[in-house]
Amino acid sequence: MSIGHTLLGLLESGPRHGYDLKRAFDERFGHDRPLAYGQVYSTMARLLKNGLVEVDGIEPGGGPERKRYAITDAGVTDVESWLAQPEKPEPYLQTTLYTKVVLAILTGRPAADLLDTQRAEHLRLMRELTRRKSGGDLADQLICDHALFHLEADLRWLELTAARLDQLAAEVTR
Amino acid sequence: MTSASPSPSSPSSPSSHSPSYEPFAGFDGTRDPGGRPPEPSADLRTWLRDLLLGARFAAGGGREGWLRTALTAVGVALGVAMLLLAAAVPAMMDARDQRRVARDTLSMGEQIKPGPDTFLLDSADTTYHGDDISGVLLQPEGRAAQPPPGLAAMPRPGQMVVSPALKKLLASSPLLRERIPYEITGTIGKAGLIGPADLYYYAGSDKLVAYDATREHGNADRARGFGAHSNSDVRGPVFNLLLVTVLVVLLLPVAVFIATAVRLGGERRDRRLAALRLVGADIRMTRRIAAGEALFGALLGLLLGAVFFLVARQFAAGITIRDISAFPSDLMPDTALTVLIAVSVPMAAVAVTMISLRRTVIEPLGVFRQGLGRRRRVWWRLLIPVAGLALLAPMFGAVKGDASINQYQIAAGTVLLLIGVTALLPWLVETVVGRLSGGPVAWQLATRRLQLNSNASARMVSGVTVAVAGAIALQMLFSAVDQDFVFDTGADPARAQVMVSTDGTTVGQTAHDLRLISATKGVRESSGYLRSQATRPDASTLTGDDRTFPYLPVIVGDCTGLRELAAIGAGCKPGSTFLVQPPADDGNDESPKYLKAGHRIDLNAGYSEKYTGAPRLWTIPAGTPTVATRVDPTGSRQWGVFATPEAIDSSRLFDPGSQIMIGLDPHLPDAVEYVRNTAAGFGVNTYVMNISSTQTKASYTQLRRGLFAGATLTMVLIGASLLVTMLEQLRDRRKLLAVLVAFGTRRSALAWSVLWQTTIPVVLGLVLACAGGIGLGAVLIAMVGRAFQMDWGSVALMSAVGAGVVLAVTLLSLPPLWRLMRPDGLHTE
Amino acid sequence: MTAAPEPLLVATDLHKVYGHTPALDGAELTVRAGEVVAVMGPSGSGKSTLLHCLAGIVTPDSGEVRYRGRQLSAMSDGERSALRRTDFGFVFQFGQLVPELTCLENVAMPMRLGGRKRKEAEAQAATWLERLEVADIADQRPGEVSGGQGQRVAVARALVGEPRVVFADEPTGALDSLNGERVMRLLTEAAHDTGAAVVLVTHEPRVAAYSDREIVVRDGKSRDMERVS
Ligand SMILES: Nc1ncnc2c1ncn2[C@@H]1O[C@H](COP(=O)(O)OP(=O)(O)OP(=O)(O)O)[C@@H](O)[C@H]1O
Ligand SMILES: [Mg+2]
Repeated sequence: MSIGHTLLGLLESGPRHGYDLKRAFDERFGHDRPLAYGQVYSTMARLLKNGLVEVDGIEPGGGPERKRYAITDAGVTDVESWLAQPEKPEPYLQTTLYTKVVLAILTGRPAADLLDTQRAEHLRLMRELTRRKSGGDLADQLICDHALFHLEADLRWLELTAARLDQLAAEVTR
Repeated sequence: MTSASPSPSSPSSPSSHSPSYEPFAGFDGTRDPGGRPPEPSADLRTWLRDLLLGARFAAGGGREGWLRTALTAVGVALGVAMLLLAAAVPAMMDARDQRRVARDTLSMGEQIKPGPDTFLLDSADTTYHGDDISGVLLQPEGRAAQPPPGLAAMPRPGQMVVSPALKKLLASSPLLRERIPYEITGTIGKAGLIGPADLYYYAGSDKLVAYDATREHGNADRARGFGAHSNSDVRGPVFNLLLVTVLVVLLLPVAVFIATAVRLGGERRDRRLAALRLVGADIRMTRRIAAGEALFGALLGLLLGAVFFLVARQFAAGITIRDISAFPSDLMPDTALTVLIAVSVPMAAVAVTMISLRRTVIEPLGVFRQGLGRRRRVWWRLLIPVAGLALLAPMFGAVKGDASINQYQIAAGTVLLLIGVTALLPWLVETVVGRLSGGPVAWQLATRRLQLNSNASARMVSGVTVAVAGAIALQMLFSAVDQDFVFDTGADPARAQVMVSTDGTTVGQTAHDLRLISATKGVRESSGYLRSQATRPDASTLTGDDRTFPYLPVIVGDCTGLRELAAIGAGCKPGSTFLVQPPADDGNDESPKYLKAGHRIDLNAGYSEKYTGAPRLWTIPAGTPTVATRVDPTGSRQWGVFATPEAIDSSRLFDPGSQIMIGLDPHLPDAVEYVRNTAAGFGVNTYVMNISSTQTKASYTQLRRGLFAGATLTMVLIGASLLVTMLEQLRDRRKLLAVLVAFGTRRSALAWSVLWQTTIPVVLGLVLACAGGIGLGAVLIAMVGRAFQMDWGSVALMSAVGAGVVLAVTLLSLPPLWRLMRPDGLHTE
Repeated sequence: MTAAPEPLLVATDLHKVYGHTPALDGAELTVRAGEVVAVMGPSGSGKSTLLHCLAGIVTPDSGEVRYRGRQLSAMSDGERSALRRTDFGFVFQFGQLVPELTCLENVAMPMRLGGRKRKEAEAQAATWLERLEVADIADQRPGEVSGGQGQRVAVARALVGEPRVVFADEPTGALDSLNGERVMRLLTEAAHDTGAAVVLVTHEPRVAAYSDREIVVRDGKSRDMERVS
């Protein structure tokens, strides 16, 4: 999953200090793995370099420098296209997908579309595997079936999440 | 396949003979673009195909399907057999009547001179254990005398020819054989029998003497042959009302029953038709297929019914229903009626199916009942009995005397009233069942099932309802008009139960007879007297057309015998005489003139209008007291000259006959048979009568017997139909039962639920039947202008019979239920 | 399979209310010749209702369904019945076979209803049973065969008339995955061979994977998944 896109997405709701960003990230997505501050710093530096964020202001005071970052138009576009881009269907996608859904909700984008896009992508791959399966030998079939069952599980998760979007939105924007 | 042209194998190919099914008629521009395509009007072949397909459903379907069809067919067959039987009754009655008349020995008025073809005959009827046995004593006077129908030759003296039934009875009853001791030389042929259960014999005799002109001497009639003119008795409007009602009441349940039978398996059929709709059967096809199915069952039922009838006919000889028995060959259904049955039963089957389909819309996704959710309405159901009432109401009080009645109007009114009861039943069941709830599992299962589809249950009991309602109404009518047909004889069976009368006997003979009687086993007391008649003393001298011979009975008996007839106190001793005047209301003002002490009377009183012979004058002793009469044990009042044997020379009496009253030992059931045996030895002119307090008109008795016979058959039929319906319902729910058993529902709970499921509608049906029956009974009673009276006994009896039938059926359905509840019932489509 | 330019079946803006339950609320669907369209969505979302509307079994309250340019609701019942007989085929989860008839007779039924001779119809039915690998149960009744066998008989019956559209509502709903996929493979292959389009309602993604296209129905509204990305 892309931490850069996630941090960018978090910035969409308004300029934040790096430390705030880390706290927001941990709160929503870092359940078992809090983000290291260093990683925030380096990521923000990269985003700054690419022109996706800008420094909104520096707060004077002791300790480490306290820059406030704001998202640029280019940054917004980047988040936009990231969210719209279906992930390559592969196992254990849900962390990324979850992050995307929550960010979409937070940024007021249609999360259902995101899920549907992903769903279409999954099904597309499943169709391909199914086709390959019908032409292949037993080994092929078994391998394809393994993948198909995993994809099916993801797809079901997508379905389930889609059905619970309203509930999720209520919790996230609480 | 992406092109619009169908593949050659496609059913829409042009080679198809039914282009009307071409679905692309409108798409490819071949159709008139303006309007809708014409509805496909099926040609004969399509009709045939769909009907055959329906038949295929009825015939196919494996064990399950066959069973259902078989049940339907058996149901229809029972009804058809019943109808055929009803259609055969007129002819049967006719044939019986013809043979009865052909062997009749009565109505031979004129005097016949002896000749080579004449013979003497006398009846020797008797009764054995309540069965009437007719006997005829025959004595040919020449060689050319024709034997009676069914006999090849006149029996010789001491020999007899008997009916097969009597032969069997004689073989098993030594007591009777003692009474009819003649040597059996043959059996009476069919031509001489009314029915197979006929108890009849012709015995040869050499003791017969033809009556002389005065009928004073002799004991037998002379005849040249057998047979009389048929004289059908006029029966009157009340009788016709009874007849019409009996027919309606007996046949209506049969019709209801047939209608029920063809609707068996309706739910399954609906589901099947829905599956066909899915693969493209249109509504008309669906109807035709359903019709074909119903038709197949009905036709099969028709055939089976004919077979049932023919088989039952063979057994008819061995069956006597309430005294009526018939030869198989007598049971010939009327041709027109048979054709009517053969046509109307299949047509009715199709009609019933169409009507039941009308309420349901069979869509490809399943079956929708249009009435679903809409409660049944009661008003049009009430209209039916109201219409019946409207038909009958104008006749209130009109059915009496010689009034001619419109039998069709009565039949229609009665039918409507009874149909109204069945029409109300589904509404009643639905309304009541809708309010039931709670209770144990069995009750809950039953009520819920009834709530879901109370129709089938209501249908199931509608036959019982009609039958019971009709029977109650009839019973009420019968008991209301009983007085019309049943006469109080005034007899007092407590004083004597049997009377033996002998014509042409003497005082000595009578005394001898009396001794024999009192020595007979089972006789507690006996008394007797001799009866003759006298007339005015100057009878022999009278001339002119206005001469009359007043009737003056002369009764000779000992004091015990006379005390039974008149208020004779202790003053009676041998040699006494008494006078008893005729009852004042008799209007007899001539006889008293001669019944006076000291007056002379002429003992030679002939039966004819011409005086013959010489006068035998006898003087009523002076001082003979006049005493009051006393009702004798037979209920009649004797009057005239009462004399002890010592007071009169009884050899001078004209054609004296004896009457012996006998009191029997009530603990010896066969006592009367011993008396009959004893009396059989008294001579050919001895008759034995049971003394009973009432007497019933014969044709009325016949009708009442017919009703009982028919009601018995109808109840049996309805029981059979109930069983069939019940099995079918169970079969329909086989899967559900299996599921419930799999759940762990106790079988007893299921059995109870089945019982409740029948009991609830039956109880409702019986309540309705009682109400309807009492209503119809009241209407019928009103028509004959009698006061309404409740016959609770018959209501209770009929309800009990109906309930009993249902209970028996439920019990009979339990074993199959047990089998159906095996869990393998789960694997059904 | 590439979509033919001319759509076979077009449903636009369908609305259907059962009592107070809206079953369809502006659903749309286009089926082109020869394609397999999967219809997915949560329970009660209106998938079956949509399918029934498409097949002319249920008439929508508003909106229209055109089959080859002709509006279904304007047809008489007889015409729609004829259409079901000749142009449509059906496979449901269960219960669509006539229990009284043998499997062979069930398959032959649409042709017989169309007026074909019995021999002919049954011969053709037999080849279809063979094709679906259930020739051995031809003379058994539906009550005596397994669910998977029954479904294959149903598929044979749906395809025997070489319809243009096969409507399948959860055809594998009662089957295990192996049998389900087998039925799907047979169904889609046979449909492909005869050029029939398939409208496939299913809950199972792996079954839906046999489709060319997917439609998702939610709350009576349809969503064409080809257009989301
Ligand atoms: N005949 C009917 N009568 C009343 N309501 C109905 C009927 N058919 C469908 N509905 C209702 O319409 C809605 C859609 O039903 P439909 O059967 O189309 O759903 P579905 O998507 O096929 O569901 P599932 O996946 O469970 O089969 C449901 O709310 C259902 O209750
Ligand atoms: Mg559904």
